[in-house]
Parts: sequence; C-alpha cells; structure tokens
Amino acid sequence: MKIGVVTFPGSLDDRDAQRAVRLAGGEAVALWHGDADLRGVDAVVLPGGFSYGDYLRAGAIARFAPAMGSVVDAAKGGMPVLGICNGFQVLCESHLLPGALTRNQHLHFVNRDQRLRIASKATAWTSDLPDEVVIPVKNGEGSYVADEKTLDALQEQGRVVAYYEGGNPNGSLRAIAGIANERGNVVGVMPHPEHAVEELTGPGTDGLGFFTSVLKTLVQA
Amino acid sequence: MPVHKVVVDILLKPEILDPQGQAVANALPSLGFAAPVSVRIGKHAEVEVDAAGPDEALEQVAKMAEVLLANPVIEDFSVRLA
Amino acid sequence: MSEPDATHLGASSLDTVARAGQTPEQDQPFLELGLKDDEYARIREVLGRRPTQTELAMYSIMWSEHCSYKSSKVHLRQFGDGPTSERMLVGMGENAGVVDVGEGLAVTFKVESHNHPSYVEPYQGAATGIGGIVRDILTMGARPVLVMDPLRFGDADHPDTRRVLPGIVAGIGGYGNCLGLPNVGGEVVFDPSYQGNPLVNALCLGVLKKDRIQLSAARGVGNVVVLLGAKTGRDGIGGVSVLASATFDEDGPARRPSVQVGDPFMEKLLIEACLEMYDADLISGIQDLGGAGLTCALTETAAAGRSGMVAHLDRVPLREASMEPHEVLASESQERMLAIVEPANLGRVLDLAAKWGVLATAIGEVVEGDRLTVLWHGEPVVDVPPASLADEGPVYDRPMARPADLDDLRALPLPAYPAASRELLLEMVASPNLCSRRWVVEQYDRIVLGNTVLAWPEDAGVVRLSEETGLGVALATDGNGRYTRLDPYAGAQLALAEAYRNVAATGAVPIAVTNCLNFGSPEDPEVMWQFAEATRGLAEACRVLGTPVTGGNVSFYNQTGATAINPTPVVGVLGLFDDVARRTPMGFQEAGEVLLLLGDTREELGGSEWAWALHRHLGGTPPQVDLERERLLGEVLVAGSRDGMLSSAHDLSDGGLAQALVESALARGIGARIVLPAGLDPFVQLWSESAGRALVSVPRSEELRFTEMCGARGLPCTRIGVTDGTSLEVQDVLEAGLDELREAYEATLPALFGPLAGASAARPHDAAL
Repeated sequence: MKIGVVTFPGSLDDRDAQRAVRLAGGEAVALWHGDADLRGVDAVVLPGGFSYGDYLRAGAIARFAPAMGSVVDAAKGGMPVLGICNGFQVLCESHLLPGALTRNQHLHFVNRDQRLRIASKATAWTSDLPDEVVIPVKNGEGSYVADEKTLDALQEQGRVVAYYEGGNPNGSLRAIAGIANERGNVVGVMPHPEHAVEELTGPGTDGLGFFTSVLKTLVQA
Repeated sequence: MPVHKVVVDILLKPEILDPQGQAVANALPSLGFAAPVSVRIGKHAEVEVDAAGPDEALEQVAKMAEVLLANPVIEDFSVRLA
Repeated sequence: MSEPDATHLGASSLDTVARAGQTPEQDQPFLELGLKDDEYARIREVLGRRPTQTELAMYSIMWSEHCSYKSSKVHLRQFGDGPTSERMLVGMGENAGVVDVGEGLAVTFKVESHNHPSYVEPYQGAATGIGGIVRDILTMGARPVLVMDPLRFGDADHPDTRRVLPGIVAGIGGYGNCLGLPNVGGEVVFDPSYQGNPLVNALCLGVLKKDRIQLSAARGVGNVVVLLGAKTGRDGIGGVSVLASATFDEDGPARRPSVQVGDPFMEKLLIEACLEMYDADLISGIQDLGGAGLTCALTETAAAGRSGMVAHLDRVPLREASMEPHEVLASESQERMLAIVEPANLGRVLDLAAKWGVLATAIGEVVEGDRLTVLWHGEPVVDVPPASLADEGPVYDRPMARPADLDDLRALPLPAYPAASRELLLEMVASPNLCSRRWVVEQYDRIVLGNTVLAWPEDAGVVRLSEETGLGVALATDGNGRYTRLDPYAGAQLALAEAYRNVAATGAVPIAVTNCLNFGSPEDPEVMWQFAEATRGLAEACRVLGTPVTGGNVSFYNQTGATAINPTPVVGVLGLFDDVARRTPMGFQEAGEVLLLLGDTREELGGSEWAWALHRHLGGTPPQVDLERERLLGEVLVAGSRDGMLSSAHDLSDGGLAQALVESALARGIGARIVLPAGLDPFVQLWSESAGRALVSVPRSEELRFTEMCGARGLPCTRIGVTDGTSLEVQDVLEAGLDELREAYEATLPALFGPLAGASAARPHDAAL
C-alpha cells in the first residue's frame, strides 16, 4: 500500500511521517507541493511543520498548492487523508474539516508527551487504536475552535476522534485533539503520532496505530 | 468622563524585514492576482478609554502604544479616533 | 531594469577610489566608527591613500573586536597547540570544526553568542542567534540536525528578567521550531551579574558525508560569486561594530540601531537549496553572511582563496532602493549565503534556487591578482587587499591585572552549615538555578526529525545519526560563572569537566570541544586577566582529557556600566555513540536497584549553589579539579553502558548529591532510601559540589561486576542505598515525598513567568464535556 506524504515549503515532520509509514509496513511516497500528480498513492498524509512559515495564518497559503487541489478532489472521492498538526490546519483552511486552529491559549508553543482518549474508531485512521494513547504534542497554533453548533454536531455524530486527557495543552474547545469528516476518511489531529513510533525516540509506539489503521482499512476496501 | 474609542495601527518600521508580508506577496501571483509591489502586515488595536476629551484620549492611548502595544525598537504606530 | 539614477551615481557625493586618491586630506570619522588613531594610520599605510567612505566602514567592521578577535587572538592560539586527533578533519579557522564520526560521516558543531542583540530585542535577538549559528554549520556542507541554548539571565525575580527571558525563549523556539531543528539541551542560569547583559549562546550541530566538506575559499579565476537568499535591507547597519563592541548606557535599549529580523521560513528554504547544491557538487566555495554581512563574506572568501575578486554591489537585490554602498556592505540582513560557482554550474545553481523559491544573483567573479574591488554602478568604491581586512587586522596583547578583590573573595568565610532537613531540600530544589526548566524547554520542539534519544532533563542531548546502525552523538554545555569569578583557571576547567562528565554519563565517548567565552571588557585589565587564565585553564584541560577544541567564539564587552559579568566560559563537549540504543538515562528505572556514588566527596561549598541560593554568598574557592579522575570516571561510565551494567547515571554538579537524587527520582517517579556513609557531615555529603562524581543505579545482579570494575580501575565507589518507594529518604537525616518534591521543583518558574499550558482552569466550554 502506497501512502503519500506531501512536502510543502516549510514542512518539517515530512520525513518522520514517511518513517512512520514504513515502520507500519506501508510504502512511503514523497509528494511535492508544486506537483498536482499524486503518483498513484492509496492515501495521503499532510505532515507537520510551518508551511510557508505559517505566515498570515497557519495553513492559509499551503491550501492553494497544486498538490492540495488533487488531495481535496481525492478526499472527496473517499481517499484516506490524515492531517497532522500543520496538516490539520491545512485541512481546516481547505474546508475538508470544519473549524479552525488558533493560537494556543497560553500563547506559547508547547511540546510535551500528551495523553489522548480515542473517542472514535470509526475512521480510516483510528480503527486500530486502543482507548487511550500517549503521543507528543508540539504546536503554537493548536487551539481548536468552532461555533457551538459545529462542536455539538461533531460530538453527536461521533466525529471527534480524540480528546486531550490530563490537561488541555492549548485550550482547544471541549479539549478536542482531532476530528474526522462525515465519511471518516479525512482525519485531522493536532498531536504527532509519527513521533511515537519507536521506543528509542518517542514516549512509546502508540502512534503506529494511526498508520496500521489506514493500511488495514485499505486492505479491506 | 465620556468613553472614547481610539484606533492604534502598528506596522513594522519600513527598514525592518516583514517576512509575513513578503510571504503573502509571494503567494498572491500563484493565485492569479497581479504581483503586488509590496505587502506589509501589521496589527490593529481598538482601545476604549475614559477621557475628558479626544485629545486626552489620543494622548493616553499613544502612551499605551509606546510602552506596550508597539515595540518601538522595530515598530511604528499611529493613533486616531474611531 | 531602469538605468541607475543620478542620486545613486552621486557624481557629487559618491566617495570613489579615484576621489580618495585625489583628496588625501579629507577628514574621516574613523573615531566615531570605533577605530583608533594608529589603526586608521595603518589603513592608510595598507592602501597607500586615505580609505574611501565604504572602505573605512569595512575596516571599522572587520577590525572590530567581534570580527577580528584582536584582544583574544594571542590567547586563543593555545587551543591550536592542543591535543591532535585523527578525527579532526577541519580545525579552528573555518566557520566550524569538522570531526570524523565513522561510517563515512562527519559532524560539525559550534557555539556562538548573540548576547547584545538579545538584550535590545529579546525575541529577534535570540531568533537570529539561532539563524546565524545554523548558517555557520550549513556553510561547512552539513545538514543541521540539532540546536542547544546555554542562557544566562539576571535575577529570576527581577522585573527586567520578566521582559528578557520570555522573549528570548520565545525567539529561540520561534526560529528553531519553524526551522525544524530539535532543541535538545542547554542551560538556564540566573545571576545578578547578567542583569543588564543576558547571555544568549546558541549551539548547532550538523552532519555531513565526510567527502562533502565545503570550504570558504574563493578560487578559480572566472568563477562566479552568487548571493543566495533574502534581499538586503538596512538590518543592523553598524550592528556588529556598535552593538557588539560597545556597552549599554543608561538609556536602556530603546534608542538602538535597527535590529535584524529573522525569517526562519526563508532559512529553511535556504538550507534545503544549499544542501541540494552540495549534493550535486555545484559549489566550489561558500560562506554564510552573519555579522558584518557582505563585507565579511567577500573579504573572507577572497582572502581564504588568496584570490582577487570583483563585486558589483548594485546587483545586490535590495529591500530599499535608497541604500548606499557602505550600507549594502555592512547590512546584517539574515538568511543569506555567498557561493562561489564555476560558470558551467551557474545555470543549475539558479534552477535549484528557483525550485526552493530562494533568490540567487550573480554579483561578481573571481579574478587574477589579490585585490578585492567593489563597484557601485561601475565606479570602484573599494579596492583593497582582502587579507588586510580578514586576517591581518590589529592584534593586541592587552594589559592584565589580577582582580584586586580576588583574595578578599576567596578568604570570605562560608556561612555556618545548616542541619540537613526536608525543609532545606525543598527550598534548594525550588531555588531558581536548581528548579525545573520545564517552563522553558516545553516551548522548544525537542523531537522533530525523529532522532532525539535524550533531551532535557537528561545530562546531555543524544541524537541518532544513522537509523541503520544507531550511530549517534551526545552533546552537553556547561559553564559556572561563580566558580570562574573565584578562580578563572579552575572555573574554565570545571566547565569542561562538567560537560565531559555529562556526556560520559549518557554512555558516549567524549571526543571534541567547542566553546563560547563570555567576558567583560578586554580594556579592563582585570577582565583580561580572567580571560587569559580561563583560556590557559581550558587549553590545559583539553590536553589532559585528549579532547581538541574544534572552534568557538569570544564575546567581550558583556557588562553594564563598569561592572562586568561573572566571567562565563561556556564549554560544549561532543560525545560519540557506536549505538545510541545503549544510552544511559539519568532517571531511576525501577525499584530495588542499588545506588552507587562514584568519586570522592570533600567539603567543597565555595561558590556553591547552596551558598548563593540561601545566602547570596560568593566566596571561598571552587571545587578542586582532578582531570585524571574525570577521565577515569568517564571511562567507567562508558564501560558500564557498553556492558549493559547501568540502569541510570547522573552527574553530580550544582546542588550536589541531593539535587542528583531528586532529579533521578522524579524522572519516573521512583524514590530511594539512602544511608550516608559515616564521616562527613550529612549536609556536606548532600550539598557539597565536589567534581568528578556521578550517581548510578545498577540492577542487583550487576552490582558485584560493576563494583569490581571500579575497584580494578581505582575509582572510589560507595554503596549509598537502593531505589524504592515514593519518597526520598536519607536515613536519620530527612524524608521528603516525591509529590512534594515535584511540586517544589516544578512551581518556581511558572510562578515567576506565568502558568504552564494546560495548568489553568478550563475554558467555560470544557464544561460541556
């Protein structure tokens, strides 16, 4: 199974996402922001980083990249797409996911190992996860916001995939750490599963579950 | 004392690099807009104060801008009544 | 492009080389630019005429303390006479040293100061400090893979520290995080001597294939000089000569020359573009633009290549069209590199730059001869021998004097020792220099690139270089201004010893050294004496430990008014791992393991954290230095790691055994029961700062093997207890719960600088859950 990782100018965790795909047993394919060709991948990861320096708003400029046009079309056709951190911001700016990510409540960048409660396993990227995971969070604009109606709908429809547990690191409304679209193929998470894939370098290997989930989903599809 | 609303516009000094404005300027042509000669991005603040008159309000807010709202090392600001 | 307009040509105002020849008597503001009478006379002698305005600006910058090392050079030579190592591929003199680490790879690393700019504008000053050191590493051909920041601030509760510290931390994070470089360690130290002059040192390490080292020399007549990266603006004009070489007056930071603003996004693009150019072997010489901007890059590349060079200054892309030639040459606009490119490769260089959205402009070429000629719209405004700027600046052997108050300080009696108690322990772990650095380090991305094996609060940062073999490096920086104030020779050696010990504690073999020497004004004989003693001590210690100095940086004029900072040599030690999987963490791993104290504890509390934190007492003499012991301890710690005998290892330094016990226990929430050996007073055993010591935990099954190894090698090894429970108990002396220790340890910085993220009350919406 081929999983593409899009590199934007300013992407930082793109190699880490590729490593996570490989460790989960998939084939990682590097995609370039300026190229609309998705090279036949079965799923796409939009990695973390500071695309275009996060100037103006995080993700605001990246969404106009040629690759994003193809990703948006593919996502609407059902292709699994995971946005991590900056990738989540790009998905919101692209309107594939509702809401927006704003500056952390405390205005500081925060990097720590974070407990998450997995609230929905009915998505392409979370089916293989346990009820609770520990995954690093690292962001400066990670506070999830949406209007009350949207938040209610997300919760009622089971589209919140993860909540922060044991402290909300960025002031996200209702402690939301990640959400999915209605179909469950597009998921955005603020924490970084690709940084919890090896005992040596992470708090554990809980993050691998996101990538094994999508590989299983694709095999079953 | 009446309430006056004062607007503060804060912009990086002309000689200071504005990476944000530059990134936006570079992105616009790729979206089909004519390339702008320059884009500079700053902050806009609205402060409501109690003051005897507009001049005093402006003076109060200008002081706030100088001490806190703007960083005089790299930013200029202007105040006006809303 | 339009024709140059008349004001640029400035027939009436432009000070050309020809005009300088015709008007030898014209007054020049050399004193205002910081040049001395004899220095100005020498410039005239070198040129055989008066310098042009632009040349004068260039000499004033290149002959400033910051660029020329004119006061430190005679002392730094000792490092060049230090130990040799087959690993050293490039030594001092280039932008950074390069060390062979095996498997066809090399690393390059360096630490540099950005102290003065960070006081003026904390965020941008610290941010551009990261940007600058990263370009130094990139210049050597390496991909930067980690950063670290040794920081010094005034008193933690001083109002100005509340302005300076959050800005500096945010700037380091803002730039480094956006660049995608993990910040894996560093230091945060508070002391009133840094009140008006914080120290912001930045370290970067990069990795490269051994055969891809890039050098700065411009060679090959006809080769093109290409300026890469950001446009040139009026950033920090005069910043180097004014900001870095003059002390702050009482006006404070408000009226300062314009500061440089960093654009980490541009730097990231510049890094990727340069690395692709190196990979394609398109670059024949390269130099970063840092302090002194183009002036420095043009003269150093030409001087290093013993080449002539012509530069067309009006081709430099400008942010502001009205800039004058000397401003273009002095501009410190960030995110720029100067590359020397063979004409045949120019097209591909421009293509790669375009791919990454980086400006690339041919601004000159390498020519026959040995002159650097700079043209402004065709008119020569500079015609100099580049070596006269880059290598042949003034050198001073400045007068020295042992500080008049030193004997009084050393004779100052210590406060009476208190009884060791739970209250004392809680007070000490909460003190500003010993408390948790979480408030700072959580603002840094410590894990990006996915190779961080150890980072704060560990003794050293450990980063994997090869996923296949586990090859990796460890890095630590240390420096104790109080020790160095009391004895600069010993203080510098203790800084090296501590960094060496920190690296060895993780299991890495220490192999090389970098340093950043932060001192007051070299024109003060007492400061100069401190500097001479410290460099002498450091050079001697490097020789004994067999760790060569690969490069470094000197920062003088760190003082407020007439008061110098405590002399602060910050020493970075690089260690090597054949396989990072065998790293030793500093935290206790499980209950029931044996705790051993390695080394000798003496009654050494002069300059200690206890004396300072509780009594504001700085006096006596610092701990004794025994470099052979440090080397032996290092060997034992590495052997213990190799043979899998150690569960944890933590070096003993500030705050002594008590602090090490608390930190090792809090790491994973595993307590300890300690029985102190008879003899020394329990307070002394717990808070003495004797060097050459480490606390290790070993599984019971390994105890005998490990203690026998220590015995065979002659390293004192004392069993002091076991890991157990949820408290730290020192039998018959004190007991403190881990919860209360953690609370005390963690609360200090948030109380001073604002709560940690996620620690405050929930937003109203959270109630909906």
